[in-house]
Amino acid sequence: MSRISKAFENKKAFIAFVTGGDPDIETTEALIPQMAAAGADLIEIGIPFSDPIAEGIVIQAADERALRAGTTTDKLFDMVKRVRGKVDIPLVFMTYINPIYTYGTDRFAKKCAECGIDGIIVPDVPFEEKAEINGACEAAGIELISMIAPTSRERIDMIASQAKGFLYCVSSLGVTGVRSSITTNIKEIVDHVKKASDIPCAIGFGIATPQQAHEMAALSDGAIVGSAIVKLIAQNGRNCIDPVCQYVREMKAAVASASCV
Amino acid sequence: MEEKKGRYGLYGGQYIPETLVPAVQEVERAYETYKNDPDFQAELKSLMENYAGRPSLLYYAEKMTKDLGGAKIYLKREDLNHTGSHKINNVLGQVLLAKRMGKKRVIAETGAGQHGVATATAAALMGLECEIFMGKEDTDRQVLNCYRMELLGAKVHPVTSGTMTLKDAVNETMREWASRMDDTLYVLGSVMGPHPFPMIVRDFQKIIGEEIKEQLMMAEGKLPDAVIACVGGGSNAMGSFYEFIPDTSVRLIGCEAAGLGVDNPKNAATVANGSVGIFHGMKSLFCQDKYGQIAPVYSISAGLDYPGIGPEHANLNETGRAQYVPVTDEEAVEAFEYLSRMEGIIPAIESAHAVAYAKKTAPKFDKDQVLVVTISGRGDKDVAAIARYRGVEIFD
Repeated sequence: MSRISKAFENKKAFIAFVTGGDPDIETTEALIPQMAAAGADLIEIGIPFSDPIAEGIVIQAADERALRAGTTTDKLFDMVKRVRGKVDIPLVFMTYINPIYTYGTDRFAKKCAECGIDGIIVPDVPFEEKAEINGACEAAGIELISMIAPTSRERIDMIASQAKGFLYCVSSLGVTGVRSSITTNIKEIVDHVKKASDIPCAIGFGIATPQQAHEMAALSDGAIVGSAIVKLIAQNGRNCIDPVCQYVREMKAAVASASCV
Repeated sequence: MEEKKGRYGLYGGQYIPETLVPAVQEVERAYETYKNDPDFQAELKSLMENYAGRPSLLYYAEKMTKDLGGAKIYLKREDLNHTGSHKINNVLGQVLLAKRMGKKRVIAETGAGQHGVATATAAALMGLECEIFMGKEDTDRQVLNCYRMELLGAKVHPVTSGTMTLKDAVNETMREWASRMDDTLYVLGSVMGPHPFPMIVRDFQKIIGEEIKEQLMMAEGKLPDAVIACVGGGSNAMGSFYEFIPDTSVRLIGCEAAGLGVDNPKNAATVANGSVGIFHGMKSLFCQDKYGQIAPVYSISAGLDYPGIGPEHANLNETGRAQYVPVTDEEAVEAFEYLSRMEGIIPAIESAHAVAYAKKTAPKFDKDQVLVVTISGRGDKDVAAIARYRGVEIFD
């Protein structure tokens, strides 16, 4: 069983996102094991991109900070390699196709495997363009995570049937970022996915409060939180570890309590 | 040219977030329906002739020809179209498509403001809501065009993310579309972005080359020896070139913005300096660093200030069917002034890049050869910027 599958075994998963290298590599390196200790079941590490078209302003700003601090794909690979010795939970990269393509798709996937990355999420590679990276991921033994959006409808069966690792269900239209309420019919989407496949299904986009995390985890197999964590990092800079871990503990408890519903 | 759906050789594709895939596929289906629909085509033809003022003139630039002492130079006068540029061709097509699709609202990016003005115009004409995204740098450079868009009833959003220029305006328009697509069509302004946009925009712009061929046949009884056009994303160039792609005797020359020079970091010459990447929905050539971070590019021309090029151009470059040459700010400004004085035609600073290369290359041609230069837009919008470049203070 892959590390990603294990993260969902007999429990709801709390999935945390951080932009790699925000505010600097050292902080991300210290943060990841602490977040794992605080209860994160899977951590997504964003490789910053100059033009993140699927992100809202919070993660856009984090990408800019990380790039200004000199973060590169190679530095993140090195960081992950060091961190891998300290954590057992799955680590996945989230980035755009251009940094992967430019690095060399095969080289990128191999490097991921060597450093202990379990999967990658690439928001600007939809099902129809999967062939761009799928072969490289399979050859390297890392899982390419697929996404389902509120607009996917009749595409759900097709996407779910070939999905690896877990399915990232996008809760809302638009870009990443905190939302006061999640209004799309996410339950219907998750139910549809569940009919098509038994792959774990986690909901992301717009989740910030323990209440929201609890509700989303109750509907699915886990909750993904990005912008709310990145905001804490933006506010606290290098001193973000305590406030982020405190937040992760609260969110993890909210997600875990959904298992008993 | 397309070997595979939406591909031009290696280039093209549909690299967009899942949320947008159904919206883009809806456009694809609608376009396939309407492109062969006689009613749609008749309405578009009528708009092109009775509203935009087509066909645009193919003007023999006699003084320029004599002055340069080489090829006969013809100017394809897209600057004479309604709204002052070739952008109206595409926009009338796409906004009409939006209306047929039952959309109530159109959104668009703009660089210099030409595409934004054209979109706002077509939206006013056809009764659709219109919102335009424009980099903050460009809203500052093109204040008059912003006000024009507002006069036409559009809402202009200055974009403050990233480098605050055209690429960021595209990012923001994509983000907006991903949050509201049911009643909204993204009217892309160039032969770029995810399939089907490079194809749709080219199809709506190819009338430029079709007219050139017919008009030159009337005037000279032959094909041109070269067609020259400026290239940012590349819509006026694609429109000028497309008809001539099978006519291999016709040289196709795209002029890129080299800003302060191809060796200076401040340039936007994608073919000269770029490499293959995947961005804004397409695999194409981009100015980028070795980690795939998109480079901040620069040109005096807001319309060419873009770090990529349309995928069909990338393929024409690779196959050698078209040639792409860099033109600096200084050369473009000189050409801007040259055409103004020589022919009494003030070209857009974008188009002045094509004029600059024509000036350079015309003397190398024989006197019985013909060069066609596409004047993609008029230069009124650039007068203040050129004055600034020359250190002349203008007071309103």
